[in-house]
This record gives sequence, C-alpha cells and structure tokens, in this order.
Amino acid sequence: MTPDIALILGIDGIATGSIYVMVGLGLVLIFSVTRVIFVPFGDIVAFSALTLASLQLGRLPGTVYLVASLAVVACVVVSIHYWRQGQPQRIGRGLVGYGVLPLIPAAIAWLCAGTSLPEWAQIPLTVALVLPIAPLIERIALRPIADASVLLLLIVSVALTFGLSGLGLLFFGPEGFRTKPLTSEIFRFGAVTVTSQTLLMVGSAAVFGLLLFLFFERSFSGKALRATAINRLGARIVGIRPATTGTLAFLLASLLGAIAGILIGPVTTMYYDSGFILGLKAFVGAIIGGLLSYPGTVVGALLVGLLESFASFWNSALKEVVVFGLLIPVLLARSLALGQADEEDAEIDG
Amino acid sequence: MSRRAVSLFAVTVIAIMAAAPFWAAAFTVTLLNYIGVYTLVVIGIVLLTGVAGLTSFGQAAFVGIGAYATAWLTTVHAASPWLGLLFALALTGVAAALIGAVTLRLGGHFLPLATIAWGLSIFFLFGNMEALGRNNGLTGVPPIAIGSISLEPTAAIYYLIWIVVLLAMIAVANLLDSRQGRAIRSLRGGAVMVGSLGISAFRIRLVTFTIAALLAGISGWLYAHMSRFVSPAPFGVRMGIEYLFMAILGGSGHIMGAVVGAALLTLAKNALQDVLPYFSRNGGQLEVIVFAIIYVLALQFARGGVMPFALRYLPRREKPPIAQAAPLPKRSMPQRGTPLLVVERLAKRFGGLEAVRQVGFEIRAGEIVGLIGPNGAGKSTVFNLITGSLASDAGTIMFLGKDITRVGPLRIARAGIARTFQHVRIRASMSLLDNVLLGTYLRTRAGVFRSIARLDRAEERRARFEAWLQLKRVGLGANPHDLAGNLPLGQQRILEIARALAADPALIVLDEPAAGLSRPEKIALADLLRALCDEDITVLLVEHDMEFVMGIVDRIVVMDFGVKLVEGTPAAVRADPQVQEAYLGSVA
Repeated sequence: MTPDIALILGIDGIATGSIYVMVGLGLVLIFSVTRVIFVPFGDIVAFSALTLASLQLGRLPGTVYLVASLAVVACVVVSIHYWRQGQPQRIGRGLVGYGVLPLIPAAIAWLCAGTSLPEWAQIPLTVALVLPIAPLIERIALRPIADASVLLLLIVSVALTFGLSGLGLLFFGPEGFRTKPLTSEIFRFGAVTVTSQTLLMVGSAAVFGLLLFLFFERSFSGKALRATAINRLGARIVGIRPATTGTLAFLLASLLGAIAGILIGPVTTMYYDSGFILGLKAFVGAIIGGLLSYPGTVVGALLVGLLESFASFWNSALKEVVVFGLLIPVLLARSLALGQADEEDAEIDG
Repeated sequence: MSRRAVSLFAVTVIAIMAAAPFWAAAFTVTLLNYIGVYTLVVIGIVLLTGVAGLTSFGQAAFVGIGAYATAWLTTVHAASPWLGLLFALALTGVAAALIGAVTLRLGGHFLPLATIAWGLSIFFLFGNMEALGRNNGLTGVPPIAIGSISLEPTAAIYYLIWIVVLLAMIAVANLLDSRQGRAIRSLRGGAVMVGSLGISAFRIRLVTFTIAALLAGISGWLYAHMSRFVSPAPFGVRMGIEYLFMAILGGSGHIMGAVVGAALLTLAKNALQDVLPYFSRNGGQLEVIVFAIIYVLALQFARGGVMPFALRYLPRREKPPIAQAAPLPKRSMPQRGTPLLVVERLAKRFGGLEAVRQVGFEIRAGEIVGLIGPNGAGKSTVFNLITGSLASDAGTIMFLGKDITRVGPLRIARAGIARTFQHVRIRASMSLLDNVLLGTYLRTRAGVFRSIARLDRAEERRARFEAWLQLKRVGLGANPHDLAGNLPLGQQRILEIARALAADPALIVLDEPAAGLSRPEKIALADLLRALCDEDITVLLVEHDMEFVMGIVDRIVVMDFGVKLVEGTPAAVRADPQVQEAYLGSVA
C-alpha cells in the first residue's frame, strides 16, 4: 500500500464514516431518551434515499403507501388506547397527530405524482415523507411497552427490522437506485482529489454532531430529554412527559436519518434492505461511544468507516466480518470500563 | 386434568408421533423433521435464555458451524457422517468456548448486542469462504447411515431426529435438576450472591453457553444430512431471532416449551405460505411482515408464552421426598479461642470519601462478635471488604492464617466464610430447599456429565438431606418445596442464614439479620446464633438492633466516621462516653 492509496482510502473511509456518524448519532439520540436500541433506524436511511430516487424519476414513492399504512395502524392503536383509558375526548387529537399530520406530505406527493417536481422541492418533500415513519413505528410497537426492560425493547426492535424490510420490498420493489449527485465539483489538493459530495457529507456530519452535543450537554431541554432515559418515573415526577420526549427523540433522529439517506443516495446504490447492515455498522460506531456519548459516537463511527475502507482494500469479501468482529473487543472494553456492577439481569418475561 | 389423564394423553401423543411415517404424508413427515431440528436449537435457548437469562440472537450461527463442519468433511474429504458429527461438535464447542470467553463477561444489553455481531460475522464468513462454496454452499452431502441402513428416506431420519430431541430433553431436564443445574438456575438476578457461595458465575455461564451451542451444532449436523445441502441463508441473524421467538412463544423457561414453540412457529409459517399467495403475488415478503406483527403482538401481550398457560391445567408434579442420607463431609473447625479473622489497618476510599480508615480488629474462633455504628459509619464497607465484594485500598485481612485480602469472593467462600445480605438475595422462583442447596455447592462435586447421566444421585440425596436439616434448624423445615419468594421478608433473611450454614462455614458473617423480624422470631434467631456458637461456628454480625446485639455477642466493635471507636464487651461498650456521644450526640 502506497501513501497515495492510503490517503484515498482514508478520505473514502471518512466520507462513509460521516454517514455512519449521522446514523450513529440518531441511534444514540433515540437510545439515550427512550432506552430503545432502534435497530430499524438504518431502514429509515435507505427509505429516504429510495424516496428521493423515486421523486427524481417522477414516480410516486413507495413511502406514501408505507406512511399511509403505518398511520392507519397508529390511529387504530391510539384510539383503542384512549378508549380503554376512558378518555375518548382525546382520540380526536391523537388522530390529528398520528393520522392527519403524517399524511399531509404523503398527500402532496400523491397529488404531484406523474409531474416532475422542481429539484429544490424534492429534498424537503423527501424529508417530510420520511420523517413520520420512525415516530409512527414507535407509537405502534414500542410505546405500549415503553416501561419494559432494555432487552425486551431490543428484541421487539430486531423483530421490527425484519418487518420493515418486508414492507420495504412490498412498497419499493427489489431494484436498487442511485440518486443524482447533489453537487459535482472536484477539488484537487496536490495529489489528492476530494469531491464536493464528500465535503458535503463530512460537513453535515460535523454540523449535526456539534448541534446535538450542544443541545444535550449545554441546554436545559436536552438535559430533560436525557433525564427521561435515566429514570422515567423520576422524570414524570418533575413534570417531563416521557411519551412526548420519546416522540421528539424519534423525530429528531428521523431528520438525521433522512438527511443521511439523501447524502448517501448519490454515492451508493440503495436497495430496500440496504438499511440493515448500514444501521448495524453505525451501531458499532455508537457502541464504541458507549451508546451515550455524542463525541464518542463521532469518533467510533469514523473509525468504522476507516476500518471498512481499509478492510475492503485488503479483502473486500471479508470487510463485513472485520467490522462486526471489531465490535466484540470494543464491547468487552466497554463492559469492563463499566465495572462489575451487580445489575439485576433483565428479564424477557419480567 | 388428573394425573392419569395426563399420562394417557402423553402416551397417545408419543404413539401417534412414533407412527407418524405410517399415517402421515411425506410432506408432513418432512415438516416434523424440521420441527425436530429446530427444537434442538430451541432447547439450548431455553437453557441459555429462559433459565440462565442470557439472550442470544446468534444461535443460528452455531447451527451453521455444525452444518458446514459436517458438510465440508463429508463432501470434500468423503468422510463418514459420524466423523462429521464429532467434527461438528468439536468445532461448535471450540467456537462457543472462545466466543463465550470473550463476550460472557458483558453485562446488561451488551451481551445480546455482541451475539448479533458475532452472528453476523460468522454468517458473512460462510458466504465468503472459497472452501465452503461461498454463497452457493456445498451440495451432495451424503445421508447418514447406521451400519447398512441408510437414513436417506424422510421417514428414516425422522426417527433419528426425534430420538436425539428426546435424549436432549432428558439430558437438559436431568442437568437442571442437579448441582450444576441449580447453579445455572441461580444465574438470573446477579452474580454477587452466586459468587458468595463459591460458584463462579462466569464459569457457569460459559458451560451453559457451550451446551446451548453444542445442541445447535447437533441440530446443524442433522440439518446438513437431512437436506443434503448447505448454504449460508438459514444461518443468518434472521433465523437466530426466529429461534429466540420459538423459545419465547413456547414459554422460554420450559423444556417442553421448546417443542411447542418450534412446532407452532413452523406450522404457522407453513400455513401462511399456503394462504398468503392468495393475497399478493409476493407471498414471501408478506410472510415476513405478518411474522413481525405476530412477534410484536406476542411480546406485548403474552411474554410468558404457551407453557405457563398449559401448566395451569396440568397436575403439579410431586416432589421426591427428602430421604435420610449420610451427612456431607464437614470441615474440621479451628481450635476455640485461636485467632480466626485478623483485620489490620484496613482502608477504603470512594473518590474523595474515606469510608474506612485504619480499621483493625480480631475475631477468635467460637466467638460471636457484633460490628455496630451509626449510619454511614463504614460498617457495610468493612463487611464488603471482608467478604470480597469490594477490594480494599490498603491493609490486610487474614483468615485462618491465610491472607484473603483482595482474593475475591470465590476464594473467600472456599476459605470457609459464608455471608448473608442486607438486601436479601434469594432466588424467589426457586424452592426453599433449592435455595439452601445452592449453599452446598462447594461441598459437592458432581459435574455436568455426571449430572446428565444421573450418576450424581447418591451425592444429591446427601446434599438434599443436609439442606433440609439446615432448613429445619432455622425453623423453615415445614414446607421445603414452597417458593422462596412467598416468604415474608424477615423469613427470607432466615433462609439466607440456612443457605450460609449449608456451606459448612468456619465463619458466618450476617448483615442485619434481625431486620424485619418479630420479637419471637428475634428470640429464636438469638437462640440459633448461640447454638452455632456451641458448634464452634464463629459469627460476625453487623446489626442496628442494639437490644438484639447486646443480648448475644461476646464482644462488640464500634465504628464511627470510618474509624474504629472502641472494642470490648457489651457492658464496657455501653459505658463508653465516646460511644454515647456517637449515638446520642455529645452531652453538653
């Protein structure tokens, strides 16, 4: 390996790593507020890229049907919930929040189908379409068991991943898509060429990483969000509503996921099931940061990107083995760092 | 249902199953074969997740290792499938031991995450190794043959599969009802109590993990020779979670639940494959969605699975009576009055807080010593330093002339110190007898193989009798098979004492044993402690109840603000002005 190749691999690794940074930050955001290890998060990224691709081709994105079906189920779940709680007057608001709001962008996309939208409108519409998916899933499958153990939430979340990939195949079909590049400038620094796309990816990751760090470490609302995760009951006592903060976390994370999808679309061909592995790799990065630290996640995700880049130069077939194999020593170090706390083991049926 | 009806039902089911190849269509037998192969994996998960509380998404990878091991040996090297079985077991065993050694120390949700990681790694390895045919897999795997009888026909391998399943169920049931099995059952709920009895939680976890992997490996061996073809697809994380769901669906703590769960999920899948194509051209993807919905609903509304529900309608199995047996060997107690525990210049700080400073005292064999002090005096820290739950920063602790400073709870238990806990740590879902039997772990020898083969029965009878004697001695002998969780809190403390006594300790260290006891119970406890003293067992107790302490101890050590205040007889301590000041505030 010459220094030139190493440099190219390094830049490539940092570019991919930036995507992992954004996805990893979303995962940490969701975990630190709701204790849910949201394995299907990678699918949000893939769906975002596929949505933009459909819009660019002037087709009706499968997201419209996906959001519509999730919204219908969520409305049923919300209605049953309030009905059984004896608060039928709150059903109306629930239906607006989980039925009407998510369907507005879907309706716009549906009305515009067949006409080619101007490019400036495609990206905001993609974001608006993708944004409700994760909060709807949370309302349907995770909120009813929000007080369960982290382990149970994890098992449900793994199950959701497979369900979502099935929905993805149903609504997006098996073909892969690549979106049009957002920019196509090329900068040369001596022997090194950097595309503006790479700069965009790295820049976005940096900006979002910084914003999240500031929000959670320096602002009061950020601290309130974190308090919810540490002690749901305690948060409730001091007036923080875990349900509201949970939805907020899922929305914020979805924004990250949607943007990550838009950024990765032009560089990688995305399929309906590309999200699973993408999400898991981001996850490896997030775990390097302990699933709680934003700066740690940034470092971890970049490491994963670099490792993947160099591993694929060494043996492209085994790069996945290397990346996931890396997780085990990292987990071990994490676990040892946490010390031998005698925590009560989580129970599935507990 | 009466016992008779249940037996009749069981015999009928077994007869129908045994005759399946004669009455059922070939397709049904194939389906039953798959159920059997899955059941083997799920039995492992029942043991691992349901009983020991270790969640694994990666069991499918072990099935894959078993299947690829035998497929490679029998195709590339044309070896006999029986050699393939040995190779499959060896490879899964080694892989599980290695993976387990690295990951089983992980706590909380990190362990299940690690199982996803290695599950995926192994899966990608299958698909990328040239020798294993990459994504095309290995074809032409030979059928198993017993002598000249080929098990190629579906009906023939059916018997092999279900005999193996039956043997596996018996083996795991035997294991759970043994010394090692009790240790496995006690893993849920934290490692501190387990360690205080000299049981290495890590070792037991590793053993459990390896057994579960070996069951998966056998399943993989059967699978490879049944389908005659292996490719990476059935060994991914998705299948891993399906196995886990089979266990949860059946009732993850029950061995029978493995069969029920495997059967339910396999039959449901089969039924869906028949029905879904009517709704969509893409039946396959609908199937995934329908299953995800079933999983989520099941986890939301029926986490216990089918078995607990079914068990309500079945008669309770009668517990074997506790028979008279030879006592377990006892240690020779140190000479009365010789120094037993010598603590010197002990120190522990937590960050800026000096919890314990320069504390030293001595306990002689046969004494009852009380350690008292106001809240925050450092009593519990001293207690935890002696029993090894905390590592000291400085100082030495000598026990029977041996240095036990910083050697950890396992070796401290082995040296002959037993303890109880301030926050009671019993296993609520185990019987009183089983809880106390945990205490006999270090006095018994039976390993996994002897337990599975039931060669441990003589020792087990002795241990049961010993545990029952200890229960009777503390006054809990009336209903030894009741669940420990049903006892009131005060009695649970007493149960902990019985468990500690079952370990035949030279020194028993009690953390607030009288808390939550009624007056008559306290009197009984005091009598018990004096009786122990007559048997040369030394007692150190940390206690708040002054009246209780003053009435029974020979000497008292008083601590305040992390240092030893005074030491002496109850009368001397009571008269000491320093102690009065510490407890009542200074006399102005």
